Amino acid sequence: MSILVYIEHAEGAIKKTSLEAVSYGKALSDKIGGGDVIAVALGAIDSGELKKAGIAGASKIIHDANDKLTAGVIQAHADAVAQVYNQVGANTLVLAKSSLGDAVAARLAIKLNAGLVSNVVDLPETSDGYKVKRSIYTGKAFAETVINTDHKILAVKKNAVDLLTDGAEADVESVSLSIDEANFATSITSTDKATGEILLPEADIVVSGGRGMKGPENWGMLEDLAKELGAATGCSKPVSDIGWRPHHEHVGQTGVKVAPTLYVAVGISGAIQHLAGVNSSKYIVVINKDPEAPFFKAADYGIVGDAFEVIPKLTEALKAIK
Amino acid sequence: MKILVCITHVPDTTSKIQFTDNNTKFDKNGVQFIIGPYDDYALARAVELKEQLNATLTVLNVGEAETEPTLRKALAIGADDAIRVNSFPKDSLFVAKQITAIAKENNYDLILMGRESIDFNGGMVHGMVGEMLGIPSISPVMKLEIEGTTVKMAREIEGGKEYLEASLPLIAGCQEPIAEWKIPNMRGIMSARTKPLNVVEPVDESTATEVMQFQLPPAKGAVKLVDKDNVEELVKLLKNDAKVL
Ligand SMILES: Cc1cc2nc3c(=O)[nH]c(=O)nc-3n(C[C@H](O)[C@H](O)[C@H](O)COP(=O)(O)OP(=O)(O)OC[C@H]3O[C@@H](n4cnc5c(N)ncnc54)[C@H](O)[C@@H]3O)c2cc1C
Ligand SMILES: Nc1ncnc2c1ncn2[C@@H]1O[C@H](COP(=O)(O)O)[C@@H](O)[C@H]1O
Repeated sequence: MSILVYIEHAEGAIKKTSLEAVSYGKALSDKIGGGDVIAVALGAIDSGELKKAGIAGASKIIHDANDKLTAGVIQAHADAVAQVYNQVGANTLVLAKSSLGDAVAARLAIKLNAGLVSNVVDLPETSDGYKVKRSIYTGKAFAETVINTDHKILAVKKNAVDLLTDGAEADVESVSLSIDEANFATSITSTDKATGEILLPEADIVVSGGRGMKGPENWGMLEDLAKELGAATGCSKPVSDIGWRPHHEHVGQTGVKVAPTLYVAVGISGAIQHLAGVNSSKYIVVINKDPEAPFFKAADYGIVGDAFEVIPKLTEALKAIK
Repeated sequence: MKILVCITHVPDTTSKIQFTDNNTKFDKNGVQFIIGPYDDYALARAVELKEQLNATLTVLNVGEAETEPTLRKALAIGADDAIRVNSFPKDSLFVAKQITAIAKENNYDLILMGRESIDFNGGMVHGMVGEMLGIPSISPVMKLEIEGTTVKMAREIEGGKEYLEASLPLIAGCQEPIAEWKIPNMRGIMSARTKPLNVVEPVDESTATEVMQFQLPPAKGAVKLVDKDNVEELVKLLKNDAKVL
């Protein structure tokens, strides 16, 4: 039996969350004697980059370079992964929680007759059934969930395990799967994507601004801070509703859920719907001029003050320690 | 043209989440239940499409009798009829099987769902139903237009948008800004009382997963405040105590 890990890539690089999924697969195998950890990647990407999945814990990478397999052709991805899963004789599929990962995992649960648990935050307990801990109620609680089927799919949340960096580069085996044309019925006509930007759901540090920033013209200040920290930028819902910032930066219950090591919230009141998207952060820093802002209750560190004064000073202080 | 919208009945986004019975049951005490916020976007778009295309609009929930006020609210917002599959929604697979059975019987052209439920946050049910019906399922969809049998959509991806086209029938998991949430008006509320709400029994009781116990996250310690004129102190704390720099 082996563990198959589905890895996503963007702009020529394996996504960090997918490397974490590989490390999760390795830790799972070490814990329960799960056999080989094999990764599968689809679509055009350099095999030199794919070898790196070995460093995160994979013993082999299977790659179908068919350039029709772009991210987003969900049915074709599900078909391809199911074929590889059966070929390698896997009994568990691991993948990173993401919009593509979710869509592929859900279809695979049916194709493989596998029990699927999403938002997994830890390795399973297998002493008494196969028990997985997952995050529910948008991070407000956890559920110990038992999977009753032989085949299992785990969609892993960011930071569930540490990323391994001590493996060796692994061999990449090229395959050419035959995928039914009907699975390409959804066509992607164009994409509109910021390149080179740190992706919000993957970021280790996030700097977010709220309505307290007063207007889009003031975001330069937050971008400077983000640049100094190597952070992605986010915002509260009203900020993207008014159009100060693009929708994909909106963090919270109805937006992106982030799980960075550091979340810096500037001029955000800390409404419960915003907190729901950030409560998996390791450390939270809040900068707000109102000492009563609810966000301070969820914060590790805080500064009560005017963002327009504090942010430039903070950026300078960060520069100074370089 | 027939449209189905699948809605969840979930705790209001401001609810404090608590459990009872030795952490095995959700504590409903003092909790207000609403249509899932993403399902509410799906419903709002469906009402617009119904008007534009002269379609019929059905709402569906898999849940016990307590979810009927939520279905009535969806009727007040503009659905023509409602179906309740009479069972506690045991897991995503169970729910997906019920939705699939209803969809096979009624041949909907378009099935709209939310991108995810806000209780279990799986984002899974649409993909499972899509696979069982053998049709595309696209999520999270932030724009959806129908031209003949072609559906033009924008899907949110990490860092941007992807535009896609597919043919009906299909499933979309919706999110803002696909449409603005609609608030029922008086006429809607009055007419909802007499619109049909059909209760059917589940077709298949099997599940793949089972929740054994719930847990709350550990309480957060008190915030450490730093003076606004001494931001260097914050940098030191982040570097030396939190070790995040
Ligand atoms: C169903 C539902 C879902 C929702 N989902 C989300 C969601 O996903 N994400 C989300 O963010 N919201 C969500 N909301 C909205 C949420 O309830 C709040 O309205 C929103 O988060 C408030 O945004 P804000 O903090 O930017 O603005 P405000 O509440 O207006 O707060 C602005 C803050 O800035 C501070 N401030 C002002 N000037 C300065 C200054 N010069 N320097 C420093 N601080 C300053 C103020 O003290 C205040 O605390 C949702 C609401 C509902 C009903
Ligand atoms: N019990 C249910 N009844 C009807 N629809 C549901 C139910 N559970 C989930 N759904 C639909 O499936 C979507 C995704 O749910 P989930 O996979 O639980 O995140 C929701 O937004 C709803 O549209």
